[in-house]
Amino acid sequence: MSRRNDGTVKKILRFIKPYLHYLALSLVFAVISVALTLYAPILTGNAIDDIIGTGQVDFDSIFYILKILAVVIFITSAAQWLMNLCNNTITYRVVKDVRTRAFAQLEILPLRYIDSHQYGETISRIITDVEQFSDGLLMGFTQLFTGIVTIVGTLIFMLSINVKISLVVVLITPLSLFVASFIAKRTYTMFRAQSEARAKMTSLVDEMVGNQKVVQAFGYGERALDRFDEINGKLQEVSLKAIFFSSITNPSTRFVNGLVYAGVGIVGAFTAISGAISVGQLSCFLSYANQYTKPFNEISSVVTELQNAFACAKRVFDFIEETPEIPDDPDAAAMGQADGSLKLEDVSFSYKKEVTLLEHLKLEVKPGQKIAIVGPTGCGKTTLINLLMRFYDVDAGQIILSGHDIREVTRDSLRANYGMVLQETWLKSGTVEENIAYGRPNTPREDIIAAAKAAHAHGFIKRMKDGYDTFIQEEGGNLSQGQKQLLCIARVMLNLPPMLILDEATSSIDTRTEIKIQEAFQKMMEGRTSFIVAHRLSTIREADVILVMKDGNIIEQGNHEELLRVGGFYKNLYESQFAH
Amino acid sequence: MRRLLPFLNGYKKESIVGPLFKLLEAAFELIVPLIMAQIIDVGIRYRNVPYIWKMGAVLVVFGVLGLGCSLLAQYFAAKAAVGFGTGLRHELFRHIGLLSYAEIDKAGSSTLVVRMTSDINQVQSGVNLVLRLFLRSPFIVVGAMIMSFTIDVKVAVIFLITVPVMSLVIYGIMMLTIPLYKNVQKSLDQVLLSTRENLAGIRVIRAFRTQNQEKEEFEEKSSRLMRYQQLVGKISALLNPMTYVLVNLGIIAVVWYGGGAVEAGRIKQGEVIALVNYMTQILLALVALANLIVSFTKAMASAGRINEVFDLKPGITDGPENAQKGGKNVFGTDPLPRVTMQDVTFFYEGSQAPALSHISFSAEVGETIGIIGGTGCGKSTLVNLIPRFYDVSKGAVCVNGTDVKAWELGVLREAIGVVPQKAVLFHGTIRENMKMGKEDASDEEIRSALKTAQALEIVENKPEGLDTIVSEGGKNLSGGQRQRLTIARALVRQPQVLILDDSASALDFATDSRLRRALKEDTSGMTVFIVSQRAASIMYADRIIVLDDGEIAGCGTHKELLGSCQVYQEICYSQLSREEVG
Repeated sequence: MSRRNDGTVKKILRFIKPYLHYLALSLVFAVISVALTLYAPILTGNAIDDIIGTGQVDFDSIFYILKILAVVIFITSAAQWLMNLCNNTITYRVVKDVRTRAFAQLEILPLRYIDSHQYGETISRIITDVEQFSDGLLMGFTQLFTGIVTIVGTLIFMLSINVKISLVVVLITPLSLFVASFIAKRTYTMFRAQSEARAKMTSLVDEMVGNQKVVQAFGYGERALDRFDEINGKLQEVSLKAIFFSSITNPSTRFVNGLVYAGVGIVGAFTAISGAISVGQLSCFLSYANQYTKPFNEISSVVTELQNAFACAKRVFDFIEETPEIPDDPDAAAMGQADGSLKLEDVSFSYKKEVTLLEHLKLEVKPGQKIAIVGPTGCGKTTLINLLMRFYDVDAGQIILSGHDIREVTRDSLRANYGMVLQETWLKSGTVEENIAYGRPNTPREDIIAAAKAAHAHGFIKRMKDGYDTFIQEEGGNLSQGQKQLLCIARVMLNLPPMLILDEATSSIDTRTEIKIQEAFQKMMEGRTSFIVAHRLSTIREADVILVMKDGNIIEQGNHEELLRVGGFYKNLYESQFAH
Repeated sequence: MRRLLPFLNGYKKESIVGPLFKLLEAAFELIVPLIMAQIIDVGIRYRNVPYIWKMGAVLVVFGVLGLGCSLLAQYFAAKAAVGFGTGLRHELFRHIGLLSYAEIDKAGSSTLVVRMTSDINQVQSGVNLVLRLFLRSPFIVVGAMIMSFTIDVKVAVIFLITVPVMSLVIYGIMMLTIPLYKNVQKSLDQVLLSTRENLAGIRVIRAFRTQNQEKEEFEEKSSRLMRYQQLVGKISALLNPMTYVLVNLGIIAVVWYGGGAVEAGRIKQGEVIALVNYMTQILLALVALANLIVSFTKAMASAGRINEVFDLKPGITDGPENAQKGGKNVFGTDPLPRVTMQDVTFFYEGSQAPALSHISFSAEVGETIGIIGGTGCGKSTLVNLIPRFYDVSKGAVCVNGTDVKAWELGVLREAIGVVPQKAVLFHGTIRENMKMGKEDASDEEIRSALKTAQALEIVENKPEGLDTIVSEGGKNLSGGQRQRLTIARALVRQPQVLILDDSASALDFATDSRLRRALKEDTSGMTVFIVSQRAASIMYADRIIVLDDGEIAGCGTHKELLGSCQVYQEICYSQLSREEVG
């Protein structure tokens, strides 16, 4: 492999290390099975030498040889099987370790990383790349390994029988490698053209079929089909080339094999006439000629596969090596129950260095106060949540929760003080009970029911098929948006922390459920410091402090009356709603 | 698979000639051991040097001929397979274009995309593989057996025993492993699910400090996957050793009985070697066949999935009224109410409860109708019935006095501008997006639509103006910008009926109200439906329809409803303060 793969190889070896004994065993079995595989044709050849013609057949000798051959065959296949088992074991365990390690990385990566990468990308690191790596690794172990041993072994065996014929084989075989690599180089550009055409096709299909409803609403179908056909035609053209050229590799290498076979036949026949080898030895050579070229062909495809596997492994390792969240300070104390007071002192923060966001933000919150965050969508309301929960760290200034700078306490103990209900409801695929008791296994059923009742969720849970044992499908597929939010509320209700972060739903919830959610929110907020991302004027007007956010920054701050008096953005926002 | 075969029709010649050339190549390969036997039995035995040269040359010629044949075979196979895939792709795309909303809901958009792309590719390579190799392997097996019979019938009986036993072993191992592969796939799906969930819920997971619990769960799933992989691996690892044993037992038998045949004078030494060779050829062919069957099963599964899409029959097709009869000129001048619903009840497929029941109303020319209610109450469903995206289960929907089922779909939909909930723009310039609804729209028409939709500033702020490229899914625009552009897109065609399906949700209150005012002023005679969850967005509509659980809970102006409709009161008071409600 090229030098650029060196680091990756080392990293892979580190993962293989715990299974070195399997690797050693696999090597031993490989050598045994290859050596015996090569010995079998010699035995067959010897037996054939005992069959010269009528009256010249030595049955005793044949019987003796065949007996040995039978034993050899059984040992060979046993060694083959054991070698395969070892390879399987190493591959799947290594891959499992890599996958688990990659997943563990997911749990410690800073949110900055997660937020700035597409989910699909991260998923493909942990799933697709690991799978590809696994396929390549297995193929490498089983084929590359035995292939090399076979080539070396065959060479030795052939040389030990006859040097001249061996030379014929050795000289012609590289031709097949040459042909294969020649074709591979040509096909590469064609494959690239094909995958470009495919990518174009996929994105068109993705747009048009994925949004078929819009296409139909605008009667765009005919025009979409025209565009599709154009790309489809192009794809046909490049695909034909790519498929044809890639499929000539096999016939070409087979042709080279045929040449080797013919070469061995001719030279072998002359050598046999001169008496330097027997007919049996010639037959042995003929079967070697077949065997010898096979691993060459395999290796060329294995090498491509391996290169792909290394590329995947590299991506996985890059992911594993992403800088994790700054760990908790070793002196960080676990903070106890917060008293509910919070202070933001001169806090500055931005996601990107070039784009300033929060600057010198000051805010003082007394225990039990309600803080409403308002502003148009995308104004950066989540930024504040990110900082309070320490999903992101401030660039300057401090956030002080009941007297502690939040960077001086452990993240876990900080987050334990917050209860969070977000608009993007997240539930695990699991039972209702598991979801309410999320993070607190072994919670007694009564407590779960009590929490569900407090969240007004008990009613609909009871009506579900299996009640609290109902299985919630992926992304809560079998629940309505409102029900999902009620479950998320119940999850927080189970253990109400002193601080709350609540995200009011803008939409998607029917009136009755919405009233229930409102009631549940009210109940939760009693005596707790609460941050509410507010969309309802009723919530906003009752808040002790309103933070008006726009373009990521807090532009106004105060209660309803104060802000109206200032006559700024808030007033405008408030009044515009009733403009006619 | 058979149902997809007609797509090969245009490539009959290629699909027949291709495999034929392949067989020819296999035939050359089968003769090689016989020639070798001749070299040994004639050339070496009688020290006939010219004969060896001659036969050696024949071997090389056969090699060249074989290469030629197989190149031709590959070319024809590739041509037929690619042509097949292209035709299939075209047809499937066209078919999907004909499906109505109900079928799209049933199949799911993302599934359709997968069928269109990777499934068709899979089937295409399946066809290619079959044309190239499916005949070859059985031909070699049978051919090698026949050749062995031409050499010596008694010894050839060994082949009659070995080949079926080997086929049985290969078949058995495949039958054992294929269901196990399904388990592997299932566990892999679980691992995938875990990963996706953890990404989506990363904030909740950290807030609840359950990283370790999640890690443990993942490790468990990952280990289960590993165990299944190992189990399958253990069984499929048996394939090579077992076939190896069988073939070599065959060879032992061939050498032993071949020796007997030579002793009896029936065959010569070289022919024994040829028999051994045939045995090896059979092994290689059978193993190739086994691999082929695995790929073929995959292609078959994909073919099945594609057929599922073809099985979806478009539920909504053109009505008998064509453009002339319904007449474009009828729109706009017609004194009839623009849209009426008469006792409409609608069930989504497979659902027990109606999504809408007994809906009746009529909307006049130029009227603005607000529709409000919580999610799941049927607001979107109601407006989706007007352009006939779904067919009513009972009752009738009329546009300009004619039942929508009677309209030609194209004519009906051209008169209606729809702005769906999800603001979707396509990759291309803003102008191209605007022209989606009206192919020949002029820049003035586009600009005036943009102005009404409060989207002109978006275009004017871009240096390239209307030529600004919208990236895929409109990712280079904010949610609010996308929504305004989709509204403009619907306005470009100057529809008689405009439907805004909760499509102003990302707009701030000020923009939202400017938009409503502009719609009223700039579009005379247009009937507008505004669907929203926000009371503020619809409270000034000419008439408001309040939906509750699929039924009309009230219909009237804001004032009327406040007095008479309890559901409406609840909504208003939960969103607005008393003086705001008015």
